[in-house]
Amino acid sequence: MKKQLLDNASDTSLDRVDGAVKVTGTATYSAEYLVPGLVHAVLVTSTIAKGSITAIESREAEAVPGVLAVISHLNAITVPGWPERKQPAERVPVGTALRVFYDPLIYFDGQPVAMVVAGTREQAVHAASLVRVTYQQETHQTHFEKNIGKAGVALNVQRSKNSPFQDYQRGEAAKSENTEVRIEAEYTIPTQHHQPLEPHAIIAVWEADDKLTVYDKNQGVKSAQGQLAQAFKLPRENVQVISKYIGGAFGSGIRVWPHTMAAVMAAKQLKRPVKLVLGREQMFTSVGYRPYTVQKINIGATKDGRLIGIVHEGTGQTSMYEEHLERTVLASRTLYACPHVATRYRLLPLDVNTPTWMRGPGDATGMFALESAMDELAFALKMDPLEFRLKNYAESDPERNLPWSAKSLRECYELGAEKFRWNNRMQAPRSVTQNGLLMGYGMASSLYGFHRHPSKVRAVIQADGSVIVQSATMDIGPGTGTAMTRIAAKVLGVNAKKIRFELGHSALPDAPGQNGSATIPSVGSAVHVACEALKTRLVALAREMSERFKSGGQVVVRNGQVYGSVDDKDGVSYADILKYHHLNELEVTEESKSGAERDQYSMYSFGCHFVEVLVSPLTGEVRVTRVVTCADVGAIINYKTARSQSIGGVVGGIGMALMEHSEMDHRFGRYVTTDFAGYHIPVHADIPPIEVYYIDKPDVHVNPIGSKGLGEIAIVGVAAAIANAVFHATGKRVRELPITPDKLV
Amino acid sequence: MKPFQYLRPKTIAEAISMAADDPEARYIAGGTNLVDLMKRGIASPTKLIDINHLPLKKIEHRYDRLRIGALALNSEVAKHKAVVTRQPLLAQALLAGASGQLRNMATVGGNLLQRTRCSYFYDLALPCNKRKPGSGCGAEGGINRTHAIFFAGNGFGGIEKSSCLAVHPSDMCVALTAVDTVVVVNGPDGERRIQMKDFLRLSTQQPELDTNLGPGELVTAIEVLDNAFAKHSHYLKVRDRASYAFALVSVAVALQMDGGRIWDARLALGGVAHKPWRYWAIDLMLRGKAPSEQLFREVAEHEMESAKALEGNAYKIKLTSNAMVAALKTAAGIS
Ligand SMILES: Cc1cc2nc3c(=O)[nH]c(=O)nc-3n(C[C@H](O)[C@H](O)[C@H](O)COP(=O)(O)OP(=O)(O)OC[C@H]3O[C@@H](n4cnc5c(N)ncnc54)[C@H](O)[C@@H]3O)c2cc1C
Repeated sequence: MKKQLLDNASDTSLDRVDGAVKVTGTATYSAEYLVPGLVHAVLVTSTIAKGSITAIESREAEAVPGVLAVISHLNAITVPGWPERKQPAERVPVGTALRVFYDPLIYFDGQPVAMVVAGTREQAVHAASLVRVTYQQETHQTHFEKNIGKAGVALNVQRSKNSPFQDYQRGEAAKSENTEVRIEAEYTIPTQHHQPLEPHAIIAVWEADDKLTVYDKNQGVKSAQGQLAQAFKLPRENVQVISKYIGGAFGSGIRVWPHTMAAVMAAKQLKRPVKLVLGREQMFTSVGYRPYTVQKINIGATKDGRLIGIVHEGTGQTSMYEEHLERTVLASRTLYACPHVATRYRLLPLDVNTPTWMRGPGDATGMFALESAMDELAFALKMDPLEFRLKNYAESDPERNLPWSAKSLRECYELGAEKFRWNNRMQAPRSVTQNGLLMGYGMASSLYGFHRHPSKVRAVIQADGSVIVQSATMDIGPGTGTAMTRIAAKVLGVNAKKIRFELGHSALPDAPGQNGSATIPSVGSAVHVACEALKTRLVALAREMSERFKSGGQVVVRNGQVYGSVDDKDGVSYADILKYHHLNELEVTEESKSGAERDQYSMYSFGCHFVEVLVSPLTGEVRVTRVVTCADVGAIINYKTARSQSIGGVVGGIGMALMEHSEMDHRFGRYVTTDFAGYHIPVHADIPPIEVYYIDKPDVHVNPIGSKGLGEIAIVGVAAAIANAVFHATGKRVRELPITPDKLV
Repeated sequence: MKPFQYLRPKTIAEAISMAADDPEARYIAGGTNLVDLMKRGIASPTKLIDINHLPLKKIEHRYDRLRIGALALNSEVAKHKAVVTRQPLLAQALLAGASGQLRNMATVGGNLLQRTRCSYFYDLALPCNKRKPGSGCGAEGGINRTHAIFFAGNGFGGIEKSSCLAVHPSDMCVALTAVDTVVVVNGPDGERRIQMKDFLRLSTQQPELDTNLGPGELVTAIEVLDNAFAKHSHYLKVRDRASYAFALVSVAVALQMDGGRIWDARLALGGVAHKPWRYWAIDLMLRGKAPSEQLFREVAEHEMESAKALEGNAYKIKLTSNAMVAALKTAAGIS
């Protein structure tokens, strides 16, 4: 393991700053806070996909010892931020988040219809099983293919001319249809769920009538604070959201979901702190998912492999009450130098809950189609897939006609191919066997847009020279605190052990939620800027102490000391500086955000994946046996945690390609794969050695730390690389994920 | 979870008497299946009789058979020397099941009596004849990719209404069905010995019953009769991921070979029927013949003639056939 890190850089990585508390079980997750007087809530969810509740029989449940209340639309409190209930109830206009316990209307199977609150979770679970709900059922539509005719341009897009999801065209749309070599194919990805191992959980505490604290699993304490304050018409500062440790999320925690509101409402109604933990099966209908998406690609090239045209159409499912849009078709405009490109994106509303972003949102879906189609075209051209991509390398952004802020995708291809020994690949599919198994090589590119949001950071140095850095950012797993500590340590010249990074609390300085791979680029920059400011203040104070530090640009900091120059043997410690000036602490708060560079450059992370698979010709079982992944994300902050991110992305991609599939019985509009026996994610035995490489060149145009996002790009393209390897092994092209034995046998 | 009474008998007689007067009482061993079923509201026993203190853990070879106590752990059976040397097929099948952690809790008795993983069985909101007789079979016309392709005895006869398309989930039971196994049970009416082939049931009638165990009966042991298959047996499990998944199809093959010919052959299939599916005619078809891929292909296809695919599992016809060929080849030692 260690060796692999060292292949690419001398390993001075920090270990995870929260590693010890996590592995020893002392990290407190949302459901684990000990709050006096806590009571337990369990949701009852609908068993029909469309209709309305006609009756809720709760007497039996209420009679269970310990039960405090059975809450539903019949008796729930009024949420001040919601419009008054209509009589009779009316279906909401598109764009309205689901209001829990608001009216009797059912929008999807699994919708919360009631909630039992009791002294213990066991009492609540038992009582919840006794609540009888009767419905007036209406015909539901959940089947994608059967309803595809109803797909259309999202209302949101119709209303906004500048939406990136508008139909797009450059050159002549139909060009790809008349090219010498052409592929036209349809690709399907099924609904897939994030299913982090920690289920979503919340403890809601009303400290006073107008003061709310929630311990909630989410990916953005600030946005949760804002949404709760708005719903309950409270000043922002009266709501505190705490979310310090998170057992994975992958996008499932970006919104405030109905179950969160339900717990907050119950706590208000009962004047007791309420804990709600979703059951695994409830996770399938409560916190979003990667939407079922069908894509058509028409792609053509000249005989010698120059891309002429790409037409990429995608349709994703959404709910009846909200429009979930994602970047499904956008990569086709950017990734390759191609003169004629058209993209179209449509939504299909169904009687299901609203999808949401899931790791590599849109791009993971879209790149499965684009990079499979590129592979199909390379095969038709009798060209090596990598050579084909290099031939169509985009030297500048063909969509926006702007230079890249930085792009080392070519270096990624070269490094990846060398480490993988791609040159050994035979061009013909189904031509290599090993111990009776078919062997195949596949590759795919990866890209993900750069995101940076305004972020504030507070940096404090204390009398003993230790440093506290704070921001309301999050850590859903990547090791945010570790990376931020690294940045602060480097700028301040302080040993990482003396730095404490605090996150996951809404009272901390403003920061975006953790999504869109924006945390390092945004908050990392703010940490850098704040620590620079703190350093400047410390140096200024040092100057007042001695002539030695007056020498203009010569002053340096290291080991928690200020030195007059690099060669200076004697420095003055930060602690002594504070002591000399009679300061208990020294504090700065800084904001960092992007500027005019956004309009001058096109900014993306890039990467590629190389995959080897073995496929059983008799049983159709696919095993990934080797992966090399290589990314160009600007400067790498901390190799060890970055590498874990990349490995996690590949593992997610293996799941996406080979296993993950939320299957619905459309007669009932209900998922039937609602546990880990039915919804497969990879286990250790499915994961081969994964080699990770980075180009590690700072992108000087994006931000002060030269670093772009890594979280999403790690998964984008992996499914295509695997599907391409399966084709190479078997000669069989699977265009519908997941690639299970039934599709190959 | 419904409130229940928890009891801890010290003797077999005490355990049986605790269960005798209460049809809603359940024995609990490792709990890896029963507790899940209780959490999902599928089993709601009034009484849990914890049998872990009964003297039923022994694994021993006596006279002509291997006797394995009902409370022997799956992991211990799989590594026991007598099992590995005399019945390697059983060891392989056990190791193909679940995960290391689960095998450390799961017992032989519990494994025999584990219930199907059909998702309609698991969801109280959906119809299921096994869970609620007469409510219909959700898998019929539903999602049935993992469901049965063999139904009534010997594969003839149709699928009856009020029936069940689920498959038996156990790997161990597939191996035990291939070879000669006796299930030893004790109950209010004393000890009984049931042939493995008669222990689990097909689903044509009363699919709510997985086994022919009587009310209150306790499994005390299984006995696997000595055989000459140790050198040429193989358990092949085809699944959606490399480990920790139930079989799409599995094959337990046991051959007795001498002088390049097959003299006795047993084969049972998992993941294809309401109980492990024994291929009864295979012995006649292989006896006296030299192994070859072509022979195995013919033999496999012969059995598949009596299979019947549902809407979602047509692939199982070819997969089962291929899996039989692959397993037979490995067992016979030909490539
Ligand atoms: C996630 C998961 C994955 C799994 N994967 C596989 C797999 O791939 N292959 C496979 O074969 N199995 C698999 N299993 C099932 C596992 O093998 C069974 O859960 C286990 O064998 C049951 O044994 P137990 O002792 O825990 O039974 P328990 O849960 O204690 O009992 C199960 C049933 O047997 C009854 N019972 C137990 N002992 C006796 C007895 N002596 N006499 C009478 N009745 C008794 C109980 O009343 C109960 O009805 C999996 C299980 C899980 C949870």
